[in-house]
Amino acid sequence: MKIIKNLGLVIFITGLAIWTASIFMGDFTLQQEQLDSFISEKGIKSELVAQKISDNVVGKKLGTFAFTGAVRDALAQNNDYYDAQIAKYDAAKEWDKKGEQYQYRINDKDFQAFSFSLAKKAGTGFIVENKGLMWFLTFGLGILGALMFIFPNLVLLGKPGIKNDHVYHEAATNRGWIAWLVLVYLVLFYLVLYFNADYVVNWTFILDPISNALNGGDASQWFVYGFLYCVIMITMAVRMYIKYRHNKYQIVRTTSVLFFQIVFAFLIPEIMASLGKPGYDFKNAFPLDYDFFFEWNLQSLTESGGLGIFILVWGVVLTLVIVPVMVYFFGKRWYCSWVCGCGGLAETLGDPYRQHSNKSMKAWKLERWLIHSVLVFSLVMTLVTLYCYFTGAEAFLGINSQWIKDTYSFLIGAWFAGVIGTGFYPIFGNRVWCRFGCPLAAYLGFVQRFKSRFRITTNGGQCISCGNCSTYCEQGIDVRAYAQKGENIVRSSCVGCGVCSAVCPRGVLKLENGPEAGRINPTQVLLGNDVDLMDYVNNKEAS
Amino acid sequence: MEEHIVIIGNGISGVTTARHIRKASDKKITIISAETDHFFSRTALMYIYMGHMKYEHTKPYEDYFWKKNRINLKRAFVETVDHENKQLLLSGGEKMSYDKLVLAVGSKPNKFGWPGQDLDGVQGLYSKQDLDKLEANAPDNKTCKRAVVVGGGLIGIEMVEMLLTRDIPVTFLVRENSFWNGVLPQGESEMINRHITSHHVDLRLGFNLDSILADDNGKVRAVTIKETGEEIACNVVGLTAGVSPNVAFLKDSGIELGRGIKVNPMLETNIKDIYAIGDCAEQHEGINGRRPIEAVWYTGRMMGEALAQTLTGNPTAYNPGHWFNSAKFMDIEYQTYGWVFSKPKDGNTHFHWMHKDDNKCITIEMQEGTRKFVGINNFGIRLRHELFDRWLTEERTTDYVLEHLKDANFDPEFYSHYEKDILDAYNAAYGTSLAPKKKSWKRIFA
Repeated sequence: MKIIKNLGLVIFITGLAIWTASIFMGDFTLQQEQLDSFISEKGIKSELVAQKISDNVVGKKLGTFAFTGAVRDALAQNNDYYDAQIAKYDAAKEWDKKGEQYQYRINDKDFQAFSFSLAKKAGTGFIVENKGLMWFLTFGLGILGALMFIFPNLVLLGKPGIKNDHVYHEAATNRGWIAWLVLVYLVLFYLVLYFNADYVVNWTFILDPISNALNGGDASQWFVYGFLYCVIMITMAVRMYIKYRHNKYQIVRTTSVLFFQIVFAFLIPEIMASLGKPGYDFKNAFPLDYDFFFEWNLQSLTESGGLGIFILVWGVVLTLVIVPVMVYFFGKRWYCSWVCGCGGLAETLGDPYRQHSNKSMKAWKLERWLIHSVLVFSLVMTLVTLYCYFTGAEAFLGINSQWIKDTYSFLIGAWFAGVIGTGFYPIFGNRVWCRFGCPLAAYLGFVQRFKSRFRITTNGGQCISCGNCSTYCEQGIDVRAYAQKGENIVRSSCVGCGVCSAVCPRGVLKLENGPEAGRINPTQVLLGNDVDLMDYVNNKEAS
Repeated sequence: MEEHIVIIGNGISGVTTARHIRKASDKKITIISAETDHFFSRTALMYIYMGHMKYEHTKPYEDYFWKKNRINLKRAFVETVDHENKQLLLSGGEKMSYDKLVLAVGSKPNKFGWPGQDLDGVQGLYSKQDLDKLEANAPDNKTCKRAVVVGGGLIGIEMVEMLLTRDIPVTFLVRENSFWNGVLPQGESEMINRHITSHHVDLRLGFNLDSILADDNGKVRAVTIKETGEEIACNVVGLTAGVSPNVAFLKDSGIELGRGIKVNPMLETNIKDIYAIGDCAEQHEGINGRRPIEAVWYTGRMMGEALAQTLTGNPTAYNPGHWFNSAKFMDIEYQTYGWVFSKPKDGNTHFHWMHKDDNKCITIEMQEGTRKFVGINNFGIRLRHELFDRWLTEERTTDYVLEHLKDANFDPEFYSHYEKDILDAYNAAYGTSLAPKKKSWKRIFA
């Protein structure tokens, strides 16, 4: 069994290495016709851009970084030229001429997309010619190796039951060198995916056949991300199924997040896109879905006929009605650990790291400040956006609409949710984003804390303060602090993953949806002693 | 000047006392411990060795808690108690005065005079130091090729489980002819025997340790068994044949000792202003049918709660309610409410149900004839404490308890339910025709 496991690890690492190395493989040869058609497709006005790219790139056989570097360089040279023109006309006070120059500049943020699109056309060589083989050598080996690594646990973990043996002895799960290596890899992955997608255009070639089959078009970096997300979740869900095979709650919950990720987040939007409709994730609720009210989305939806209007109404009803009503009956867990994609990744890929969430009071304070700030930020952004959408103004309350959208997308959407939220799993735990950043979680948290039937019930006086519950709480809740006082746990951040209940050796914790009365029970003295000390304390205060 | 209350021992009893004194007063509080700087959960020591947690995780309060609540922590060993001068002599010669003294000094593992019991590699599992010792003695199965655990109780089976996680072969030497059968009824005890064996433990039932043999370096090399003379080669011997109060240092203090520190229900010793609680306290007579010495987490906590009231002007006797306890035998959780004896008390009888997977069972002790409910042991099924506490107070019949068992189920959602199975077996045994009632929140919160 251990041999299979180790062999699996070798195969997995091989797949991962080929995947990583594939970035550097293959050549890019851009033909003049390809460039011309691209320029006209995009409606690029600057002839200088075409000229520069033609000089730098066309006809040459370049590697990934040489190619993307040359394209970006050409764009930069173009902008330098027009910046100089602008400065010149500015000095000469020829305002009309100065104004004309701007249309020839390429927005700096578009460099990577520009370079990506050209690279996608120009790719040649091994990967482009062997997409199926490359898929097997990357995804294939990765999945095979991971499953070979995971399946022996059926035997190695012993009988069904909680087996957290050696979690704090192993470098991968105890913030050792493996964990740091994983962190660096994940962070780099997100930095590349969000900000330098042109570097990994080779990855998209590998998935072109699947993308074509699903939506009729070639794969973008977002298709790669979505596909990878599903593959990782499925593989790691197998691990969950084995680890928690004694616990039906975990099995049902894992199946649920898996279903919603694959069907709602991945397949349905792809199929909609193939039908020429806006690709929409029907479970992704605002404000987690922060760009739902952005002009481009509103425009696209209002222009998509009945379906677009339905999505618009659905999105609003989801946030305002469905989400809070469901939280009232079931707690925010129905969303955060049964449906949500971020939660889904956290509960599968992130499960080995759940013990790293910080349980200190300081972390709790930081959490409350951060998550509520993000909620306010997202609401202000949406308010400004909507005001500007309906009035046609550029700013509201002195806040520029484009600026705040860009800032939010960059800081929260990319850095917080992606780079930090997932990249930091191995060191700070698997719910960094959900706990500190997600504005939807903050909103659900209010409902859960103040108007819900959900609680984690503490079983009388049975707690022995061992600390397993707190240690394995991914949301950093000090569960034990409540359990050892005989108090139910009613916390806005609880996502109801159920692991505290699973790891408790004494059967003290149970997630349940009961009547609101008696949900919060601030007893200070536990069941067992016949004196009712609370009565005593209350009487003393009264007298 | 506020009264100075000194508590010796920073376990659950001492710390609970300190916390509740602070809730009710501004008295000066000092906790002395030779074991660790901060309170930790003794019951969680096993999880540190197994790698589920680190030592830090076993501390129920963050380190700032003590200063914030003005509870002074003193790391020292108390050599003697001088009650005439109300003074403690600490290791290193330091002296500390007190106005009131609380002895919450816990237990130490039993040693019954076995030859070789103090050899290198022989140890109990009670303190943080014991844990550190085990880490040194049995870090892996190269250093420790086999371990022998002596004594079939709760700590024994925990130690076995711990050693198994390091792939160390274990021989489990149990004096009784079935695991913990002084406490557990036969059906349950035998189920646990089978569970232990299924984990590839060399379980030896009905055997006693004769002696522990040393190698040339004074390290354990083997044990011999009394009944057979068999020699079992091993590198570590775990002594887990129960614990007894840690009271040696009080021998000449004038405080009345039995096996533990003698106290009355007010938890007072024979000396004014000195109290004893937790594992080390021995009641002159057991309260409500309990043992005079109760070395259980929960009772330590309850004594602490009661004593804190007394010390802050609300004289309160230790008056524990219905008995409850819990444990985990490897993969099988165990809870108990009320009294279930290994053999039914006179006039009582047992109803036993076991699931065919051999991992779940219950035993109910009840009065013969009236079938009044006396207590329940449940294995592999979680039950709601508050409900059983109430049913015991209300003196319900077993018929009533089993009909309403769904109310008491505390397993996670989606788990299989066994109320009907249990009732079918009960109906067959007692000629009743009861059906399980649907779960009712109204009754649960009644």
